[in-house]
Amino acid sequence: MRDFLIKLSKIERRYIYLALFLALTLPLIFPPNFPQKMSPTVKSVFEFIDTLPPGSHVLLSADYDASVLPEVDPMYRAVLKHCILRGVIPIGMTLYPQGAVLALDAFKEAEEYLGARRDTDYVFLGYQAGFQAVILGIGENIKNVFPKDYFGTPIDSIPAMRGVNNYKDIALVISFSGSSVPVTWVIYAYSKYHQKVAAAVTAVSAADFYPYIQTGQFVGMLAGMKGAAEYEYAVRKIMKDEGIEKLPPAKAVKGMDANSIGHLLIMLFIIIGNLGYFAAKRRK
Amino acid sequence: MLQRRIPLVIVFITGVLMSIQYFIPHPVSQSAYNIALTWFRGVASMAYAIAVISFVRHHSRRLKQPQNSFYSAVALAAFLFMCIVGFGFGIGEGTIFAKMYLNVQVPLQATTFSLLAFYMASAAYRAFRVKGLEATLLLITAFIVMFGVTTIGNYIPFIPKLTEWLMAVPNLASKRGILIGVGLGMISTSLKIILGIERNWLGG
Amino acid sequence: MHISTDPWVWVAAILTLAIFTFLYKDNPLFKFAEHLFVGVATGYGLVIIYFNAFKPNLYQPLFVEHNLLYIIPFFFGILYFSAAIPKFSYMMRWPIALLLGIGSGLSIPLSFQTYIVEHTKSTILRFPYPNAALFINALILFIGVLTVLIYFYFSYPHKGAIGTISRIGIIFIMIGFGASFGYTVMARFSLLVGRIQFLLGQWLGIHTVM
Repeated sequence: MRDFLIKLSKIERRYIYLALFLALTLPLIFPPNFPQKMSPTVKSVFEFIDTLPPGSHVLLSADYDASVLPEVDPMYRAVLKHCILRGVIPIGMTLYPQGAVLALDAFKEAEEYLGARRDTDYVFLGYQAGFQAVILGIGENIKNVFPKDYFGTPIDSIPAMRGVNNYKDIALVISFSGSSVPVTWVIYAYSKYHQKVAAAVTAVSAADFYPYIQTGQFVGMLAGMKGAAEYEYAVRKIMKDEGIEKLPPAKAVKGMDANSIGHLLIMLFIIIGNLGYFAAKRRK
Repeated sequence: MLQRRIPLVIVFITGVLMSIQYFIPHPVSQSAYNIALTWFRGVASMAYAIAVISFVRHHSRRLKQPQNSFYSAVALAAFLFMCIVGFGFGIGEGTIFAKMYLNVQVPLQATTFSLLAFYMASAAYRAFRVKGLEATLLLITAFIVMFGVTTIGNYIPFIPKLTEWLMAVPNLASKRGILIGVGLGMISTSLKIILGIERNWLGG
Repeated sequence: MHISTDPWVWVAAILTLAIFTFLYKDNPLFKFAEHLFVGVATGYGLVIIYFNAFKPNLYQPLFVEHNLLYIIPFFFGILYFSAAIPKFSYMMRWPIALLLGIGSGLSIPLSFQTYIVEHTKSTILRFPYPNAALFINALILFIGVLTVLIYFYFSYPHKGAIGTISRIGIIFIMIGFGASFGYTVMARFSLLVGRIQFLLGQWLGIHTVM
């Protein structure tokens, strides 16, 4: 038994890769459909948007790139649809050049599934350079930072932007990110202009952001694929309740099923590795 | 003089002015602040030039090396192609530029980062050992949080609450201790840069 | 199951598989994909920054609206190009100095407010507490923050009472690292799940995956 454990703990890495690949693939092909339960930090963001009066504005900053796509992109798509469903006007923008086309694709999806109309139901401003200067600039006058939207339309002539001058006219800013950009929003938008900020972040940064929730610097937080799945599930439920037949893909919900099995496997890996380690130690 | 003193003077003047304006809510300081933000965005929008110059220079040099020439030619050709389709045919939805981004850059970048999953699994198997109190604490917390973040954790009654408590109390305390230290470090580094004590950013 | 007939999906699928070949070992296909990525990404950045940032921030106000106030940032911006001429490349530091100066100056008071004031305020014990559980949590938080800060205070030797306190600090730090590790596993797996969903769903057309 001891020899077997020692041998097992020294297994070739390719078998580990194969086991992981299967653990993540099989639940996607044969979905176990695990239950979804909204965590408190996600609930805060969801309820904030859900209770906004129609016609309010929410700034959705796509501060992410393809390296964090499966976690953050479903969050962006779900929150965006939630806004449209509740009559809240999402203003899309990004502090990352790469976020521009990714966010644009998300708005396209909202057009396809919810019939959202550009410049009436949503606005897409695109990218602007200089993190701090952009965030601070919006606090003074959004038109100075974005004189035109992504498509070259002057901001003044966009109906959905009527009456929006600075943070006073924006109910919430959500920074979707795989890095510390949400904290940059806190430093320059919350601390200077008292703007309400929420974070939608990768799981890697989630643990670091808990202190900002307790201080109230973040209204709430969507953390990793789990946060994305919880929000996606809730938005799909609203769509079903409203009788919308064609639903968008549930990438995060399905992905979380696979992720859960993957986590069980990694726990098993750690246990086997340690059993082998102790078996070898005893032999010595 | 030109090489070191001028940048140090620029950083000192702009740094002091921007720090002071925060405490003086006067129309003059407010307009200086607005001008500074406009200039900042303007200068930042041209900073990418450094990346392009470095990219072109690096790969042009490698074109002369037989073992690298093909790959560098691929990089340069891809760069030129994106510039031609972007500047020539626009960047809106459905353009070749957007399609190249979504179907070439996105899968390449996303897949490169996805390789980390394999390495992490392998590392957890080989290196995550229970040696001493610290490692044991780390492992126990990691196991609870791993259960908590999966949807399977929802089947076990106490796991979601315990995970939330771990994240919102002891984890928060540890992260806040580090965060306050980081904050103090950031402020002192900013001050040192403005006062010219920290000069590493000037390079060699 | 119906395999995609969209050539763009095929391009994305082949490139995805090309990157995965690195798991076996480094090879020419991976290197090709890697260099393609670098080229496309640099070109993408240049075009987006030109249309979204340079044009509205400098070109439009200076060359179309003739607002002379924009000459200064344009002058500083031009200096970035000195990077291409080794003899004058030191001038590249001037625009960097401008951004660094403005950035540092703006950040000092706001960082102090964000990192120090708010977080200290939310750590201090404030009586009375509505119930014992809240008090215990606040006490653990207070002790945790204090001991972690002392652990990172290296100007005094960690012996005696300070040694004991910093030992408590390590316990909190390890719990924090464990929590980060637990979450990091999800982050890494999610990236791979995303690629598998693409290959099985969009490319091979297995509808259950999305």
